[in-house]
Amino acid sequence: MPEKFDVIVVGAGPAGTSCAYTCAKNGLKVLQIERGEYPGSKNVMGGVLYRKQMEEVIPEFWKEAPLERPVIEQRIWMMDKESTVTFGYKGLEWAQEPYNNFTVLRAKFDQWFAGKGVEAGVLLINETVANECIVEDGKVVGIRTDRPDGDVYADVTVLADGVNSLLGKQLGFHKEFRPDEVALTVMEVINLSKDKINERFNLSENQGCTIEIFGDSTKGNLGTAFIYTNKESVNIGVGTTLSSMIKARMKPYDLLDYLKTHPMVKPLIEGGEAAEYLAHLIPEGGYHSVPKVAGNGVLVVGDAAQLVNAIHREGSNMAMASGKMAAETIVEAKKKGDFSLDTLKEYKDKLYNSFIIKDLKKYKDATHTFENNPQFLRDYVPMLNRAASKFFTVDGTSKKDKQKQIIKTMTSERGTIKLIKDVYKAWKAVK
Amino acid sequence: MHIVVCVKQVPDTKIIKINPKTNTLDRRSAPAILNPYDAHAVQTAVSIKEAAGGEISVLSMGPPQAVDIIKKSVEIGADRGYLITDRAFAGADTLATSYALSKALDRISKEKPIDLIICGKHAIDGDTGQVGPGIARRLDIPPVTNVIEVSDINKDTRRVKIKRKIINGYELIETEMPCLLTVEKEINDIAYSPLPNMIKAARYTPIIWAVSDLEDVDRTQLGLKGSPTIVGKMFTPPKPEGGHMLDGNADDQAKQIIDILLQNKELFSVN
Repeated sequence: MPEKFDVIVVGAGPAGTSCAYTCAKNGLKVLQIERGEYPGSKNVMGGVLYRKQMEEVIPEFWKEAPLERPVIEQRIWMMDKESTVTFGYKGLEWAQEPYNNFTVLRAKFDQWFAGKGVEAGVLLINETVANECIVEDGKVVGIRTDRPDGDVYADVTVLADGVNSLLGKQLGFHKEFRPDEVALTVMEVINLSKDKINERFNLSENQGCTIEIFGDSTKGNLGTAFIYTNKESVNIGVGTTLSSMIKARMKPYDLLDYLKTHPMVKPLIEGGEAAEYLAHLIPEGGYHSVPKVAGNGVLVVGDAAQLVNAIHREGSNMAMASGKMAAETIVEAKKKGDFSLDTLKEYKDKLYNSFIIKDLKKYKDATHTFENNPQFLRDYVPMLNRAASKFFTVDGTSKKDKQKQIIKTMTSERGTIKLIKDVYKAWKAVK
Repeated sequence: MHIVVCVKQVPDTKIIKINPKTNTLDRRSAPAILNPYDAHAVQTAVSIKEAAGGEISVLSMGPPQAVDIIKKSVEIGADRGYLITDRAFAGADTLATSYALSKALDRISKEKPIDLIICGKHAIDGDTGQVGPGIARRLDIPPVTNVIEVSDINKDTRRVKIKRKIINGYELIETEMPCLLTVEKEINDIAYSPLPNMIKAARYTPIIWAVSDLEDVDRTQLGLKGSPTIVGKMFTPPKPEGGHMLDGNADDQAKQIIDILLQNKELFSVN
């Protein structure tokens, strides 16, 4: 007779582990299944971990977690072919407790986080694939793994199986994602000495910096590139929606090569040695793409529930928060002894009343607006660069005349009415 | 049948880097794994247990992290595992290692007599293949190396038939139990572990012994003190230079090599 647990969590990323950990801390019997060789071996993100939601799962985690650097500076580049306009903020308040966010290497971090779960009593099993949910009388009662004698049962199954949640698809919670609902991101970890990183990014000691790059980084397509500093390496990557990539007939690794040899980027990574190459799909459909997240005996968390805020590059924090909410719901359900949708839908309410769905709702049309209006990244970024160049070049023209000229070029290049319309569209998408 | 399998935690040498200054392995550069030959040794024990019944214990000497490979062995099908770990064992060569393991085996056999000991052919980090035979010598039981098949086990006569690889073929032998086998990789394929084994392994806490848990131990034979091996020099073999690579399919290459040989007849000159 297969064993029965209180909870089975499928997946050992931030969402799954946050859920498994919280359940175990509350005395539930938890089985966590991971398909990779170890937690983190198959997990990819740019590399920014937010303090707030992690701290809500494990207080003062920064004292023991394998973090790279606390981020003290965030830069945004609007990059053209041979120029860039930079916005940014650097603050030393981010260099001390409680910090704002950190750079991390997921292979190390996820392993540590899952280890905390195991310490709390989670039974973690690696190298095992959950092939399907076992459904009896309209209720998910467990999972069928790819191993011999591979059935295992639980009161609640939590799907934390990532962006392409096969189990969610099997249950009919979501359909195959459309190419405009997912972004394909490729990245490299480039080894670089601590001294070189600190010199090139203007950092001292263990301070970190992040750069988000718009415009020519994706050749004007909908997406972004990023450069994050680790202790002794740099994460550099670029991603666009799958649909943009298909439309522009771009290959992701060509785009990454283009970025790495871009004159604005190259000096930062020059001489570094590529240590890892990673690629991953990111769910960027936002609010409209969030699938059914609760059913009889089943909850969906993290990427599997499409909980990513593409505009603010937030995902792992939403994953952790959703995992914790799912766990709290399960703990309550256990007290009641009822695991039907009636009780488990509490998770959905929590999710929809939290920052997660509120943020996704705020930007619900942003991706579509930018996808359907390629001018924002394709035309306005170069325009902004030309304007900045004109403004900062000293050539004897008065500043007042310069401003006039800049506005004139902008309106003549795009047309006054179109320009106003675009500004309105952009404002509406992110308001 | 009580089978004991000796296992070792090793760095994954497929990945590991060599420190160019010291010519030693940079152990941080590779994850620690169950020595692949030892995994086949555990699988051999599982197959024997399936055929003849019995129990499987695994034994390892190493740092506390080595409990991971004992759990891995439980995934494959071991029933229990022992780890001997103590600062006194540190720095052991094959002589001191086989001494320490034989003392642990003495204690295990007191709890339950041992019928068969299985080891991997060698560990992929040291490549010596000495610990298995070293244990057999100390326990005064027959060692059988390079085993590729355990064809018959007779529990009544306590004899076992074994096929072993030798330099120019195979050898079929029969010996008495208890004996010690060291196995080649080709002896079996590691089965995909059933889920209940995985769950059992995730829960399992190995039995951990220090030197003080073992009996009649001569401490001068342990660890660095008990290790007469001296490493004289270490170097990374230079990559072969020169030579001539042949292209094409096997037939083309055969023709090319014959042409080369015919043009260089001095290679055959017999004085």
